[in-house]
Amino acid sequence: MSEVLAFEVNRAAKYFGDLKALDDVSLSSKQGTIFGLLGPNGAGKTTLVNMLTTLASPTKGSLKVLGVDVVEHPDTVRNLIGLAGQFAAVDEYLTGEENLYMIGRLYHLNHKETKKRVSELLEDLRLTDAARRQVKTYSGGMRRRLDLGASLVGRPRILFLDEPTTGLDPRTRLELWEIMRELVKNGTSILLTTQYLEEADELADHIAVIDRGKLIAEGTSSQLKARLGGDVVEFEITNELQKDVAVAAVSGVATKKVTYNEDNRVISVPVGSHGSTKLTEIVRALDKAKIVPNSLSLHQPTLDDVFLNLIGAKASDVATTAAKLGKRARR
Amino acid sequence: MSITKKIYFQLVDTWALTKRNLLRYVRLPQLIFFSAVQPIIFLTLFNFVFGGALGHSGAAIHGKYINYLLPGIMVQVTLFGGLQTGIGLATDLNSGIISRFKSLPMSRSAVLMGRTIADMLRNIIVIGIMLVYGYILGFRFYNGAGHAIAMVGIVLLFGFAFSWVAAYFGLLTKDPETAQLAGFIVIFPLTFASAAFVPVASMAGWLQHFANNQPITFATNASRYLAVGLPDNGAIWKVLLWTLGILIIFIPLSVRTYRKRI
Repeated sequence: MSEVLAFEVNRAAKYFGDLKALDDVSLSSKQGTIFGLLGPNGAGKTTLVNMLTTLASPTKGSLKVLGVDVVEHPDTVRNLIGLAGQFAAVDEYLTGEENLYMIGRLYHLNHKETKKRVSELLEDLRLTDAARRQVKTYSGGMRRRLDLGASLVGRPRILFLDEPTTGLDPRTRLELWEIMRELVKNGTSILLTTQYLEEADELADHIAVIDRGKLIAEGTSSQLKARLGGDVVEFEITNELQKDVAVAAVSGVATKKVTYNEDNRVISVPVGSHGSTKLTEIVRALDKAKIVPNSLSLHQPTLDDVFLNLIGAKASDVATTAAKLGKRARR
Repeated sequence: MSITKKIYFQLVDTWALTKRNLLRYVRLPQLIFFSAVQPIIFLTLFNFVFGGALGHSGAAIHGKYINYLLPGIMVQVTLFGGLQTGIGLATDLNSGIISRFKSLPMSRSAVLMGRTIADMLRNIIVIGIMLVYGYILGFRFYNGAGHAIAMVGIVLLFGFAFSWVAAYFGLLTKDPETAQLAGFIVIFPLTFASAAFVPVASMAGWLQHFANNQPITFATNASRYLAVGLPDNGAIWKVLLWTLGILIIFIPLSVRTYRKRI
């Protein structure tokens, strides 16, 4: 049973007229893991989730959830999955309890089972106190928790979370992360879409990056970062004369060539994917060489870096546009 | 899945969604309030503006225009009630809750059924309020209690059918405001160019052909017969056929559109 993949996307495409929302994408994920789907707005993340959750059918290709084809057996798939989207898809005028009860009945649990499941979930999501209040009185975080709860009513074996943390405050985001980790610990598989590299990095066992409907990179978080050249430690020296000594001191730690910027006297040390351990080594090396840097910081690749690196063409488009705008502004 | 189980789950799903929509009406009583205010305003305006002029013409029944007017307004108000179905579904589409429903192993038609049934039940309350007000203005049933109940039943059924038309356009436009506007554009001319407010015989010749043969005229004539005993000229059968026809066309059309919407 564990050999069945959580989901399997085989050369799937979705066209809306001329628009290729998703084009020839193949992906798969093992059970009991978190799969992170990373991409900017309009990349095709939601389209992929919609197809996997039977909301939309593919133009080409095939998709399977726990070995079941989504086009051929949508109802079987619907019994295995849970979906929580970008919106808190709950009814504002119903109470939290009524919302979950309705979903339970729609999963065809009987009245007693539904009652039991609902109170369990309310308890787990710390919503018991607010259970009998209308959802419109809930805070943003409570709504998201309830929405997540609604996706859990049917005890799904695989959970699809489409940008569940977009627009949330940091505390609520951490809370949701914790819930996701807990679910995976108990054997649930998760597909998580996000715009935040940090989030994918923190949670996902495996990450796929898509942009404009195409898969542009795939791998573990550290594999992806390695492709980007990884982390960089930067420090500023107080005196230009220290440059050669400093560069020599840290070169042993660097994974690529150390560079020096004359304008701000900053030395950049590429250190691969173990930034924080390398940071300590650099501090020790500088100490040994009797150099006291003005500032010292660790830079990890961000989503911006992913896109600037993976889609060079787009980055130069941005540069050209910026240059044009600059020229016009000067006239 | 066995057929009995399928039917059972269809009922469970439909009831779960009907309950959801009814609870919304309980939580937002202003929705019912304003739905009831509308026919009250229409009854008041029409009765006191046109009543004087029409009270001695063919539009007077038992000497009063209100007896002619009320069945017409009742048909109109159920049509406006039906509009809510389209508006509500379009709103749901935009809130993401339809996506959730579609990811559940539930019946595909239950969301639409739950909505149209809840709107029909709401129409009962609105009609009740309107009848009380009509009585104050002097309206009376002249054809017995059985006929009176049949009148309300036929009007409700006709409104239910119209709910499915509104459902289809709500799902098609995906926009609550467009759905509302489109509904008004359809309802206003159709009710005015019918026997709802004035006798068709008083209209322009070319319009009479249309007015005499459209479903709102049949619905009002049928309810006038049942309420006050005005001859129906087969309007009961015609309106029931129209109701059936609308349901046969628009239920599958709406369900198909619902399946395609995300």
